[in-house]
Amino acid sequence: MVSTTASASTPRTRSRLRRRNTLAGWSFILPNFIGFAALTLVPVVATMALAFMKWNSYSTPEWVGLDNFRRMVDNANFWTALYNTTYYAVGHVPLTLVAALGFAVLLNRKLRGVRFFRTALFFPYITSLVAVAVVWNMLFSPDAGPVNQFLRAVGVDSPPGWTTSTTWAMPALIITSVWRDMGYYMVLYLAGLQTIPGELYEAAKMDGASPWQRFRHITLPSLRPTTFFVLIMLTISSFKVFDLVQVMTEGGPGRSTLVLSQLIFREGIEQGRFGYSSAIAMVLFVVVLLVTVVQFRLQQRKER
Amino acid sequence: MTATATTPQRGDGSRTGATTARPPASRRRGTAVAGRIALHVLLTVLGLAVMVPFLWMVTSSLKLDSQVFTVPIRWIPEEFHWDNYTRIWDRIPLTTYLKNSLYLSVVITALQVLTGSFAAYGFAKVRFPGRDALFIAYVATIAVPWQAYMVPQYIIMEKAGLVNTHLSLILLQAFGAFGVFLMRQYYLTIPDELCEAARVDGLSEYGIWARVVLPLSKPALASLALLTFVNTWNDYMGPFIYLTSNDLWTVQIGLRSFVGVYDAEYAMIMTGSVLSVLPILTVFLLGQRYFVQGVATTGLK
Repeated sequence: MVSTTASASTPRTRSRLRRRNTLAGWSFILPNFIGFAALTLVPVVATMALAFMKWNSYSTPEWVGLDNFRRMVDNANFWTALYNTTYYAVGHVPLTLVAALGFAVLLNRKLRGVRFFRTALFFPYITSLVAVAVVWNMLFSPDAGPVNQFLRAVGVDSPPGWTTSTTWAMPALIITSVWRDMGYYMVLYLAGLQTIPGELYEAAKMDGASPWQRFRHITLPSLRPTTFFVLIMLTISSFKVFDLVQVMTEGGPGRSTLVLSQLIFREGIEQGRFGYSSAIAMVLFVVVLLVTVVQFRLQQRKER
Repeated sequence: MTATATTPQRGDGSRTGATTARPPASRRRGTAVAGRIALHVLLTVLGLAVMVPFLWMVTSSLKLDSQVFTVPIRWIPEEFHWDNYTRIWDRIPLTTYLKNSLYLSVVITALQVLTGSFAAYGFAKVRFPGRDALFIAYVATIAVPWQAYMVPQYIIMEKAGLVNTHLSLILLQAFGAFGVFLMRQYYLTIPDELCEAARVDGLSEYGIWARVVLPLSKPALASLALLTFVNTWNDYMGPFIYLTSNDLWTVQIGLRSFVGVYDAEYAMIMTGSVLSVLPILTVFLLGQRYFVQGVATTGLK
């Protein structure tokens, strides 16, 4: 870098160089930074302040301490949304992880057509969410939808009502999102599998290890960094879930699929309760932060 | 294919390598072939199962509304109603929607790639006090869910009088931290000696960015451009929150509102869905390599 060049020997030239570098550095960053600061950094900080203020479309902001949080704790909608979001995460995270890992292991070989399968599996992830939601809504149609026709064909007499039922709407969302996301995480796993040396498997085969033993004792431990990363990404994205629910069920039927992001949107943007919605946003933020920190800790303990 | 079957592969967990000389070799090869066939069958079944939603979308788009939900399912329409694909242009202002989607995607992608790669150079190749702290601020916000700060963003846009304009979405999405992060990671792999040599030759920092670093980072630029384009094209929440006038709507929001109003026109809904996915499929197939690279880079470095 510039500061290491031979010409920067005397303190004076060094400080001049430093000033020039600072100027050059900032001039590169500034075009992006202005937009980033105004529309990401400021809002992030503002959320944290607004959570402790009473402010809606008609009033001026006023410091109220923990009032918003007290109101939130007494509100049934908040607990429903928190429960539903957790339910979604508990279903979405392990299922997507297992599906992604399974497909990655299956497709990590030179076989005819493997490229096509990888492409096909990845494509749902970049398909527009509206198209995905629309198609799956129809697939899940209770009477003549393909999913229930299939279930009846394999002997399920009264298949669930999926998005029309308060108990089955969430599983329907989870299935759709697993289908949509698994290809993305599969690509991450495939990258992880490429880094495992083939000699490990050769040696294990010599020792007579079965395919399952090889998977259990070579593949899984070697993939631990990938799994760690996938887990964090999946968990964060689960707690943020918004557009899928908004398009597919709009939180219904009733409040059965109402999630935290939707509640923030309804309270903050639709109802104009800026302070109260920020308190809910803080909960979302803290949950995501906690999950990340806990997973980091667990990962560190395992490595020791 | 027969040649690869006899060579062991890196990272292959389950296939039995025929090169490990253990008798009887012919029987081992026999089970290997059987395993291969079983694997092919399994993959085909699974692959088809994953594709079913797309297949159903395409066949339904060629049917009459009354033929979409039949018992049993007809995978191939009785007669192909290609006219769905011409009629839809009269049913909804699809041309306007496509134009808006394309405009937003192109402008946001161009700005994100330009400002992102520019800022990334500052973070990766220029050393100055406070640089790393600033970068941490960038990375930290990637970890904050945007849903947590969408309300303050909305307030800012409302105060600025930008709600219900395309400009609001451009401003919100063009300066993301993601592009800076992706490009910086790539620039770190470019040797500093190259920049150093260019400096000795008298090139300014901007010259080095434009003439040395940028040409070397084409794959990363392609990844960032494709990912941003697809994300913007597919974005639902942004237009949903900010755009209320029909003539500003994107394909996504237009399609969603069509579904809301004409929820029994199943075939037409599927036609619209196919048309909304088609541009993405084209972009994806053209730049597939860069997509996967982009995912792998941001994922694992």
